[in-house]
Amino acid sequence: MTRTEDTPDIVVIGGGNAALCAAITAAEAGARVLILESAPKPYRGGNSRHTRNFRCMHHGPLGPLVDSYTEEEYLADLLKVTGGKTDEHLARLAIRTSEDCLPWMEAHGVRFQPSLSGTLSLARTNAFFLGGGKGLVNAYYRTAERLGVQVRYEAAVTHLDLDDNRIAFVDYTQNGETRRVTPKSVVVASGGFQADTDWLARAWGPAAKNFLIRGTPYNRGVVLADLLHQGIEQVGDPTQCHAVAIDGRAPKFDGGIVTRLDCVPFSIVVNKDARRFYDEGEDVWPKRYAIWGRLVAAQPDQVGYVIIDAKSLNLFMPSVFPPIKADTLEELAQKMELPADALAQTVAEFNAACGDTSAFHPTELDGVSTTGITPPKTNWARPITEPPFYGYSLRTGVTFTYLGLKVDENAQCAIGNRPVTNLWAAGETMAGSILGQGYLAGFGMTIGTVFGRIAGKEAAAHAN
Amino acid sequence: MQTDLLQEARRQAEICNACRYCEGYCSVFPALHAERAFSDGDLTQLANLCHNCRGCYYACQYTAPHEFDLNLPQALANVRQDSWEDLAFPQAAGRAFQKNGVAIAVATVIGFALLFWAARALAAQGGEGFYAVLSHNAMVAIFLPAFLFPLVSIAISLRRYWQRVGAGPFRTAHLVKALKQAGNMKNLKGGHGDGCNFEDEDRFSHTRRMAHQAVMYGFLLCFASTSVATVMHYALDMPAPYGIFSLPKLLGISGGLLMVLGCAEMIRLKLRSDRALGATQAFGGEVAFVGLLGFVGLSGLLLYALGQTGAMPLLLVLHLGAVLAFFLLTPFTKMAHGFYRLTALVVDAQR
Ligand SMILES: Cc1cc2nc3c(=O)[nH]c(=O)nc-3n(C[C@H](O)[C@H](O)[C@H](O)COP(=O)(O)OP(=O)(O)OC[C@H]3O[C@@H](n4cnc5c(N)ncnc54)[C@H](O)[C@@H]3O)c2cc1C
Ligand code: SF4
Ligand code: SF4
Repeated sequence: MTRTEDTPDIVVIGGGNAALCAAITAAEAGARVLILESAPKPYRGGNSRHTRNFRCMHHGPLGPLVDSYTEEEYLADLLKVTGGKTDEHLARLAIRTSEDCLPWMEAHGVRFQPSLSGTLSLARTNAFFLGGGKGLVNAYYRTAERLGVQVRYEAAVTHLDLDDNRIAFVDYTQNGETRRVTPKSVVVASGGFQADTDWLARAWGPAAKNFLIRGTPYNRGVVLADLLHQGIEQVGDPTQCHAVAIDGRAPKFDGGIVTRLDCVPFSIVVNKDARRFYDEGEDVWPKRYAIWGRLVAAQPDQVGYVIIDAKSLNLFMPSVFPPIKADTLEELAQKMELPADALAQTVAEFNAACGDTSAFHPTELDGVSTTGITPPKTNWARPITEPPFYGYSLRTGVTFTYLGLKVDENAQCAIGNRPVTNLWAAGETMAGSILGQGYLAGFGMTIGTVFGRIAGKEAAAHAN
Repeated sequence: MQTDLLQEARRQAEICNACRYCEGYCSVFPALHAERAFSDGDLTQLANLCHNCRGCYYACQYTAPHEFDLNLPQALANVRQDSWEDLAFPQAAGRAFQKNGVAIAVATVIGFALLFWAARALAAQGGEGFYAVLSHNAMVAIFLPAFLFPLVSIAISLRRYWQRVGAGPFRTAHLVKALKQAGNMKNLKGGHGDGCNFEDEDRFSHTRRMAHQAVMYGFLLCFASTSVATVMHYALDMPAPYGIFSLPKLLGISGGLLMVLGCAEMIRLKLRSDRALGATQAFGGEVAFVGLLGFVGLSGLLLYALGQTGAMPLLLVLHLGAVLAFFLLTPFTKMAHGFYRLTALVVDAQR
């Protein structure tokens, strides 16, 4: 049975950063807002719960940010990672508005870390949330509540009914019951579809079944699929997803940041046949972090194995699971279920190819490289000789997908060439409109904040 | 120390060290990030730096029902509690009182009983005011040891603590830094100055910090009052009673009021807070101890207000009994946390 409810002006679908920014903005404009969040309260906030920072343009020191970071520089950084697959108009809009966002975030309860240890290179471009994304999400929920926004948890939206060029009603399930609301405006901010591994497998092939999902299990793309089926304009490539190589022992969902591994540059990485397959020393790790997701995905069973020795153990950030440790390479191979002879041979060949290591420098491209093997290791190439030996397994960890709803500069969705009069989208669900491929650290939260606020404002203007 | 508690704290500290999102909330995180592996001593130090403000719990993306099941405030509270029991001298007293509200209540009653007995047996013939109930010499004979014993006991415990956490040589500069932090309870401001998350899930508030300040400064004022009175008595030949505008009275009354209000607020907050984020077993002991401290303040104020009435002898004995119990229990109850916290801050300043 479907129960029709007395409904507020605006329904916001999702409960992460983009949804909250939209809800707060709309409520401040005087609209009555209802948030429908599919997750239970402890898991509210989707992938935004797992984030750490926000990339922000600024003309001079701003909040925790030092120096300045101009529109042109920001855009250049974006073009580099996307290889030019960017809608420049929307990208500039996001970048330019980001400067306004930081004070707005602070005014709505978000607190930043003072620019401190370990992240100096980012102190100029990225503002770090105190307590991380969950702290941000909590602050926004408090603010939204104070503004009278209603929140329903465990309320999963199943269908938005498109009637000509407007959304007539929204169906969702709660407590096993289907309910229907008929708001004047709808904002979709329900993330990507990465948690639906069947969908991933349809796009990627069966290998995707072995992928781990770094974030929330609730972003299953239900609303996205529903809208695309009804002909709403789409953007982005279904086969594209942002994926990194994470600890193979990470949980299937929601492992978050702690499952990342920073040891690859100081290691050799082999596949399950104990063969190397790519230059581990290609560049400093933050730059190369993302490509390893794809590299591992292309290996048999979608796994990789990192091998280091004692002298490298303290050169990288600690990770959540302790490494597998052994006194000999053979023993390590056995513990990691790798063919021992092949591993010994790979390591011996690699060691023989290493040359003078006196210039070794862990934090810069040091040019300490191998000669005469394929693939080469072009930096930080030191022989693996000093016991005990350590190993980590690697798997592909999906961060988010790129296929989404196409929006214009008002965050409005379209069908054919016409706008859908009462439908807006914000955050990951429309990020493909800007980010065609690749990823720029902290840009996800920028897109969500900028377009969340735009969507909220437009939705409220329509409703009033 | 209990290895299971240490093991659990170690597991959680390692997750935090890989995450680091809470860097900035308090002194625990920078100290934690300085290590890769955590010895039992490291964990004891981290635990005693933690104020149980809960900022990190509500900000954590890994709390239950997540399988990583993070609850750092609780893990550290358990280790901290266990460390106080373990380091106490004599240890048996630590075990008996740290977690045990009933034992504290019993000890307090015994304190009263002793005083009643002393009042009858040693009552001063011919003394005036309070000394008509209990002679000054008798008070000194009872309270001097009760005051010195806790000092010795705590000194021994802190020495053990210092060794256990592997602290470096003592420097005054570190103590000064620690005193400053303790003085305004910097760590209870939550890093962003909005306070902590004690009474209402993730809402930040300064209530706990203010209650805490009231108790601490109230106690110090009362202590100062007694010290001034002692000097006046012995050095200046000005025995009690003192008028309302005398230094001992001004310090004592303001201190007493602060202490009573602070303790009442602390108990109210404790009852509202989520017990699962603290050392659950110690809850009763902590509430009982705060109650005792509040009663010390309250009985002192009442004694002042009703000192000229027939209720005086009864109130005097109640007050002195509570003070006696308080001093004797200091090394073995929540009161000890102040000493450990300060020491932990001194050790942290060495980093
Ligand atoms: C581990 C990790 C770290 C990251 N770190 C950063 C970072 O530091 N900086 C950065 O900018 N980006 C980071 N990102 C990317 C960032 O998380 C996203 O870009 C951003 O959170 C997207 O916000 P959103 O509001 O669009 O989606 P989300 O925050 O994912 O919110 C989507 C919400 O929709 C809800 N939902 C889904 N389906 C339905 C439905 N049918 N009905 C109702 N509700 C539904 C979900 O429960 C969820 O609450 C990180 C991602 C991960 C996984
Ligand atoms: S408490 Fe949670 S969010 Fe904070 S540092 Fe630890 S793991 Fe990270
Ligand atoms: S509870 Fe508060 S004081 Fe303790 S570790 Fe967490 S943030 Fe720090």
